[in-house]
Amino acid sequence: MEERPFGDISYEEFLREKKLMGSRCKECGELYVPPRHFCFKCHSDKMQWEQVSGKGELAAFTCIFVAPPYMARRGYGRNNPYCTGVVKLEEGPRVVARIEGVDASKPETINVGMVLQADFIQEGEGEEATTTLVFKPI
Amino acid sequence: MQKEKKLGRGVAIVGAGMSRFGMFPDKDSKDLFAEAYQEMVASIDKGFDPKDIEAIWIGNFSNDFFIHQAHWGPIISDLLGLAPRPATRTEGACASSTLAFRDATMAIASGLYDVVLVGGVEEMSKRTTEEVTEGLALATFPYEGRAGFTFPGVFGALATAYFAKYGAGREHLMNITIKSHENAPLNPKAQFNKTIADLMAAKKAKAEREGKPVPDWRDEKEALWDPKFNPPVAWPMHLFDCCPISDGASCMLLVAEDIARSFTDEPVYVAGIGQGSGRGLHAAPSLTSFEANKHAAAEAYGMSGYKPQDIQFAEVHDCFSIAELIHIEDLGFFEAGEGYKAVAEGATRREGSMPINTSGGLKCKGHPVGATGVAQLYEVWKQLRGEAGERQIPGRELHVGAAQNLGGTGGTCTFTILERR
Repeated sequence: MEERPFGDISYEEFLREKKLMGSRCKECGELYVPPRHFCFKCHSDKMQWEQVSGKGELAAFTCIFVAPPYMARRGYGRNNPYCTGVVKLEEGPRVVARIEGVDASKPETINVGMVLQADFIQEGEGEEATTTLVFKPI
Repeated sequence: MQKEKKLGRGVAIVGAGMSRFGMFPDKDSKDLFAEAYQEMVASIDKGFDPKDIEAIWIGNFSNDFFIHQAHWGPIISDLLGLAPRPATRTEGACASSTLAFRDATMAIASGLYDVVLVGGVEEMSKRTTEEVTEGLALATFPYEGRAGFTFPGVFGALATAYFAKYGAGREHLMNITIKSHENAPLNPKAQFNKTIADLMAAKKAKAEREGKPVPDWRDEKEALWDPKFNPPVAWPMHLFDCCPISDGASCMLLVAEDIARSFTDEPVYVAGIGQGSGRGLHAAPSLTSFEANKHAAAEAYGMSGYKPQDIQFAEVHDCFSIAELIHIEDLGFFEAGEGYKAVAEGATRREGSMPINTSGGLKCKGHPVGATGVAQLYEVWKQLRGEAGERQIPGRELHVGAAQNLGGTGGTCTFTILERR
């Protein structure tokens, strides 16, 4: 039985372990990814961890040409845009994550409704080294 | 469950001012607030004694980040010679000063105070574009920042969801940009004072002077489709879909309704005001609507007794072009999915059936985030009193106008209905 608290620190820890985890309300059965301490529907604080499949479809996306500093340091920007989006998981919840395996310099080729699968990539160097949740077209 | 919200007593605006909005290397937040305050004082027709101000509420999002100075309440009370009166800073990202306005309204309505100064200030231009983008991203939801979303990125994603659901496209957002650029040159406080046509002519003239190939755009949209004129920022948001980086300040004098006419014969009254909160992109119930907007609007409509069709014009929070489209639908001015068609038909132009952002909007008036909410209400005040000059809405008597303010990526929304009696 997984005992970690249902917060963002645990969520990130699981991502580093290459697991996409959410919390399911033991009272009403609602599933949340990322996890929540309290159920939005019934306000219960009785949650349990649940791993989701990572399969979903693209609900919304953007291709970023003006990158924030931490993405600019990884080489992204005007000449190397990246795609990020909102993915509706097959289990119901939505997550926000980078979209890899698409051509962000040609946004017209990326479509809402594309079927995607979660993946975990290692990126950044030194203190910024991290495991990032991404989704890729199947 | 929801009971109708009513103010304990009426509240009126009796004076209003705003600084010019723009990028001012030689002015700081105090200079800008002083400029707004001086206009406000001059606007109080029958005069007033500053000593009558009992309390101050000031909206400021993040001068902490932009100029490394926080704690703006006492700085403003000291600036105006109003210390030791209570001065409170409110923070609701880009909705910070409407929170100041709403808190002050409630303080007067409760009977605690009769005369309150509200305002907002932000000083953003002393940072680079990248730094400002990082600073604004402080107001996204944590998951969004980690996924590489920027502010324009969040609104870009909402645009793709809107396009996919309703069959709209970038050409529809361009109608909003073109309209904002037509209104702004009529507003002497606006950051940008050129229409898209003016900007195209200037680019052509420059190319000719420099002996470079002259662009052959036939109309505004052809220029806006050209990535050299209008490069992508966070597709489908391009440069001309995004509001600028701005410095500026705004303020108003709010008083209890029963003493309003001792300040002016033309007070503008708070008919209804509402505020809501919203969740991030991952949890929002819809990607083509803001739940906080709907909550704020329901509160304000309930308080005022007005319906969407009673509102004659509005300022809405067009930080990005798609936002204006979502707001005019959320507020009930147009049905969901119909807003882009109404905009294409010219309904939101100054002479249209529902003028939106006669000031030029955040896009062209400028968006010093903490000052924006009260600056939107300033435009409604000007229009209701018939003092909007060249940009006055033509051909109708105005009685009821509104302003909608959004903070972050929809985390905070407010809706304020003002009326003349």
